[in-house]
Amino acid sequence: MNIESFFQHFSNAVSLGSLYALIAIGYTMVYGILRLINFAHGDIFMLGAYFAFYCLTLFMMPWWVGFIVAIGLTACFGILIERVAYKPLRNSPKVSVLISAIGVSFLLESLGVVIFGGIQKAFPIPDIFGKVVVIAGISIVSVNFFIPIIAIICLIALMYLVNYTKTGMAMRALSKDHEAARLMGIDVDRVISYTFGLGSILAAVGGIMWGMKYPQLYPLMGLMPGLKCFIAAVVGGIGNIAGAVVGGFVIGFIEIMTVAFVPELSGYRDAFAFILLIIILLVKPNGIMGEKLAEKV
Amino acid sequence: MKNDQKTRRILSIALIALVGIVLFLCNQYLDSYQLRIINLCGIYITLGLSLNLIYGFTGLFSLGHAGFMAVGAYTTALLTMPPQLKQMNFFLEPIVPWLANVEVGFFWALIIAGSITGLIGFLIGAPVLKLRDDYLAIATLGFSEIIRIVFTNLQNVTNGPLGLKGLPPYTTIWWSWGFALVSILFMAYLFKGSYGRAFIAIREDEIAAEAMGINIFRHKILSFTIGSFMAGIGGGLLAHLMGTIDPLMFRFLLTFNILLIVVLGGMGSISGTVISAIVVTVSMEYLRFLDGPMNFLIFKTDGIPGMRMVIFSLLLMIVILFFQRGLMGSKELSWDFILGPKDKTLNLPEEE
Amino acid sequence: MYILRTENVTMKFGGLVAVSDFNLEIKHNEIVGLIGPNGAGKTTAFNIITGQYTPTEGFVFFNNEDITTCSPYEITRLGIARTFQNIRLFKDMTVLDNVLVGNHLRLRSPLLSSVLRSPRYRKEERHMIQKSFNLLRDLGLDDVLYEKAYSLPYGKQRRLEIARALATDPKVILLDEPAAGMNPQESIELMNFIHEIREKFDLTILLIEHTMQVVMGVCERIYVLDHGVTIAQGTPEEIQNNPKVIEAYLGVN
Repeated sequence: MNIESFFQHFSNAVSLGSLYALIAIGYTMVYGILRLINFAHGDIFMLGAYFAFYCLTLFMMPWWVGFIVAIGLTACFGILIERVAYKPLRNSPKVSVLISAIGVSFLLESLGVVIFGGIQKAFPIPDIFGKVVVIAGISIVSVNFFIPIIAIICLIALMYLVNYTKTGMAMRALSKDHEAARLMGIDVDRVISYTFGLGSILAAVGGIMWGMKYPQLYPLMGLMPGLKCFIAAVVGGIGNIAGAVVGGFVIGFIEIMTVAFVPELSGYRDAFAFILLIIILLVKPNGIMGEKLAEKV
Repeated sequence: MKNDQKTRRILSIALIALVGIVLFLCNQYLDSYQLRIINLCGIYITLGLSLNLIYGFTGLFSLGHAGFMAVGAYTTALLTMPPQLKQMNFFLEPIVPWLANVEVGFFWALIIAGSITGLIGFLIGAPVLKLRDDYLAIATLGFSEIIRIVFTNLQNVTNGPLGLKGLPPYTTIWWSWGFALVSILFMAYLFKGSYGRAFIAIREDEIAAEAMGINIFRHKILSFTIGSFMAGIGGGLLAHLMGTIDPLMFRFLLTFNILLIVVLGGMGSISGTVISAIVVTVSMEYLRFLDGPMNFLIFKTDGIPGMRMVIFSLLLMIVILFFQRGLMGSKELSWDFILGPKDKTLNLPEEE
Repeated sequence: MYILRTENVTMKFGGLVAVSDFNLEIKHNEIVGLIGPNGAGKTTAFNIITGQYTPTEGFVFFNNEDITTCSPYEITRLGIARTFQNIRLFKDMTVLDNVLVGNHLRLRSPLLSSVLRSPRYRKEERHMIQKSFNLLRDLGLDDVLYEKAYSLPYGKQRRLEIARALATDPKVILLDEPAAGMNPQESIELMNFIHEIREKFDLTILLIEHTMQVVMGVCERIYVLDHGVTIAQGTPEEIQNNPKVIEAYLGVN
């Protein structure tokens, strides 16, 4: 492999890792607070991409307006899903909520087929993201530069929100103990909605950028990235935002680099994440950066 | 009291005979499309019971059923396909020599398929059954996907994405309902006995069950292996009903269907699973019209593909949100339930 | 010769020392109490003996056999049964089935013969049901055999838990606050019952209890824990007059 193609793969891995990281954060935040795998998160990601598609093509909005509208809409959907499908099950067994989440996921996918159509749609890439930049003989599509930059901006904003605002503090309190948080006067339902909103915003940002990197939209597009990003969150240590970022990059790099160096394995690309998951669960079930929780008898 | 038990036994035998007669009449008079649905009902009973054993009774939330069914389906297909048919299927890359000339009868193929699937269930279970709830779900789903991806890539064993076509249509209602009956009886007797009680105890409270001296891990593996054995047989029956299999058939959607059956029927209810397997299968087929062209009073549509799945995912959500215990809860539609319970004093099992 | 013995057992959770240097020695057929204020480490000590936790340091011996690293089910099989502080019944199972589960560990027939109801299995099942019924009768629960466990009143649930533990054929039984939630009348019945089962099943009993009436009335020897440390041990009279114990319970003036 020559140096040019190595750098091409490298930039590819960085942007894919950033996308995974953004989506993984949504999983990790929801899991931290509700101990729930939000199975529908991958489909929220899909919604974000489709909303942007329709804003740009059907409503002919300028791209930045369209993106903001799409992100806002997706956030509303995220909050709505929590209210309808998860909130009534707050006191039910863990697995019931998970089943409800699986139901939501399938509902969104099949509604996607009904409303958006099952045929792939080409995402209209705004010029600024579609340029091919040549640096030192290596040609890279500009979206690959934008993705990590936008991901870093999102991360900084999120870190600020979680660590330095009152709601952020409430979120952290909630992830430790719901009852105590409630007793301290925290409006638990509001904070949970807020968490879903934030997670969905990141998923929407991820979905839109995914659409520009891999410009085919289809209703099941969220399934695989969704599962992989949950795995990223587990690998990094579930409940830990920095861990989700690390996990996202680990999976992004493993996928791109393995296929780059051992092309015979490209058919197994989607299996890497699952194999990693199983190894992590067996060797270090709390993830790279997770804390161990003692079980009470 | 003894008489009581005798009556129940006679009633059970009569019921089985009645079902047999109904199936015989169906076989005589129904067209092949309708027969296919009846076949599917039988197969989904076996599949539903296998997941109910693992999840409903033992409390192991596994999402790996599609993978187990894939193993069962491919094993049965490869064992029963005549050599020429294999040659025709494997035109891109020839099949591995050790499989090229194998040909086994349908029954033994199913049993071997079940055993191999059970073995794979055992091998997967050994590491992942230490996990709980959601982690177990994701790990089993992961294994199921790995199985599917491996099958897509093993061109010279599974024929890769092309799948296997023209499988001999061995699955008749006698096979599918025969296995359904065996599964029902197996489950009924299992949960009348001590092992069944141990499984339920693990579901109810793992720590207390272990304090009762039950080797939790061993029992979980046992339940998981038996469940995957049944899923493998179900997969094999399905393969020879469909006539064609490919890796895309065994996506998460298939697991979803079986999960829907278990949740709708009631976790931990055998009769609930049987009823809901029939209801879900029949309605899945009859709601097919939703995906086809429709003619409303005012406007016409060219058919909305996906509408059927909208209904089924809504159904799952409604059940889990509003009727969490499903159709039957953990109750059984047994003779006790119909005839009123036996007397409340101790009833010891009869002596030989 | 002690039937149950712990040697310098210490349990740390992170920086917290839940139990430190715990040395318990129980002779065959004794009734021993373990008392102390909340958070003293009593239940932790139980969890160590029954294998839920592996101690950070020290050993547990049962009949001179080292069981420190055994898992809970192995320990139950050897003959140590327990009840739980926050009752852990199999709620959705009947009273009889709860006790039958306690018999499962002695079952010898394999799964398949239970499904096929082989003669050997039927014999075992018959024996199991008879034995469970007798236990339930001894505990006054034979009128609710087919009720679901969750529907029982609190006192009966506690008794059912004891019946279930006895079904495992223990030599030693650990009772975690058996009198919690009982009225004085029920407590007296419980004390009589504890004496009865000791005679009947030749048991050795270790119990955690807050109701002093029960502890002083039934225990022959008592260990007092405070913040994980054993601050006193001896007969009920000795404990009642021990200044350290009074201090731990009432605080320093």
